[in-house]
Amino acid sequence: MNADRHPLSMTVNGHRVDLIVESRRTLADVLREDLGLTGTHLACEHGVCGACTVAVDGEAARSCLMLALQADGSTVQTVESLCLEGGELGPLQQAFADSHSFQCAFCAPGFLMTAHCLLADGRPLTRAEIREELSGNLCRCTGYQSIVDGMDAAVAALAKEGPGA
Amino acid sequence: MAEGAPPVKMPAFCYHRPTTVEEAVGLLGEYGGDAKVLAGGQSLVPLLALRLSHPEHLVDIGRVAGLDAVDDGPGGFTVGAGVRHAAVERSPLTGRAAPLVAAAMPHIGHRAIRNRGTVCGSLAHADPAAELPPVALALDAELLVRSRGGERTIPAADFFLGYLSSSLDETELLTAVRFPPWPPATGWSVQEVSRRHGDYALVGLAALVGVGDGGRVERAALSFFGAGSTPVRVPEAERVLLGERPDAAAFAEAADVVTKAIDPPGDNHATAAYRAHVAGVLTRRCLAEAAQRAGAGAGGAA
Repeated sequence: MNADRHPLSMTVNGHRVDLIVESRRTLADVLREDLGLTGTHLACEHGVCGACTVAVDGEAARSCLMLALQADGSTVQTVESLCLEGGELGPLQQAFADSHSFQCAFCAPGFLMTAHCLLADGRPLTRAEIREELSGNLCRCTGYQSIVDGMDAAVAALAKEGPGA
Repeated sequence: MAEGAPPVKMPAFCYHRPTTVEEAVGLLGEYGGDAKVLAGGQSLVPLLALRLSHPEHLVDIGRVAGLDAVDDGPGGFTVGAGVRHAAVERSPLTGRAAPLVAAAMPHIGHRAIRNRGTVCGSLAHADPAAELPPVALALDAELLVRSRGGERTIPAADFFLGYLSSSLDETELLTAVRFPPWPPATGWSVQEVSRRHGDYALVGLAALVGVGDGGRVERAALSFFGAGSTPVRVPEAERVLLGERPDAAAFAEAADVVTKAIDPPGDNHATAAYRAHVAGVLTRRCLAEAAQRAGAGAGGAA
């Protein structure tokens, strides 16, 4: 059977990529399998757990709930974009690490990208707002307290240093 | 992994990306029941991933021109088929022109879902547990539909036929939804009870209360979700309120009628009796909030 394939051009973590992809493949599949960006994790694969969250044109999106072809022409950021040159943790990752936010960390890429998109707004967030905003991401280890602490620390760091972190 | 054969979850389909409404309805006219419309994909893609849906053709309307309007005109508040929840949530027009729609927004999924999912997609999907179908029903919204044969307008009351089923023909495209101009001195409330925030509601209610010059209820809408195979209005409870003062006694009576009148499903999340009880509780809570807004909003909503 001939697979239904179409061209796909997008910018991923600052690099332009041009691919031919089968229409039924998700953005998550293409990021992980074709581009080797396995930082984006897949768990439920039907939009419930949030582990596969990436930024599409600056907004949080579930990469398992998008056909790769829907991202044609878009700018996509994955968790790999959060670290500094040389692989050191970026400020957001450091805030979560300092708060011991994660245990097994399978959910971490989704939380980090949700947090990244949220902080891009640059507005201060209360703990209640943080809980609300992170409620779409599931963690089966921590009970969430440490993750909210990490986000709180990231918000505080951002307020001190200004946006752009 | 064999080269060129990555694992896939979805059934195979032919992907189409029209750029005009004419082209889109042409494809739907040609493929009919073998085609599905893809807008934001937040309902359709999970169905594909679970192989509960296997269309032969997918018509992605994400690049169709002219479907991206959020408009407040004399005919009402119109939202095009390409408009995502997040855009409606952010628009300052929504709170002024259709406060009930604005109130429903934070209840829809989570932010990442609202960033991709569309208002019209949610209506066309016709999930009886979703927030926007009962909102459309409460407001007597109109659904604007196009096919190769022309245009038609479907009143919300005639749109929702059953579980995930609407009166939209398989050759038709829902191009926009229009909410009528907001009536004066009308308050609103959307509340739901769910196991976790962002989950589908066990039961939820979108309510309107319009209060006349004499301080009596002139208009009431009680539109439930999670309470049947479609969103459901409870006209017998709405009638109980008409002509009454919007007070706790009237709300309790309406709640009583609701609990007896509705026939919600029972499942492993909640029994039918529990859902009926919650529907009564939500009736009292929503009516109190809506009535307060109707009074306070006499200037605010104008």
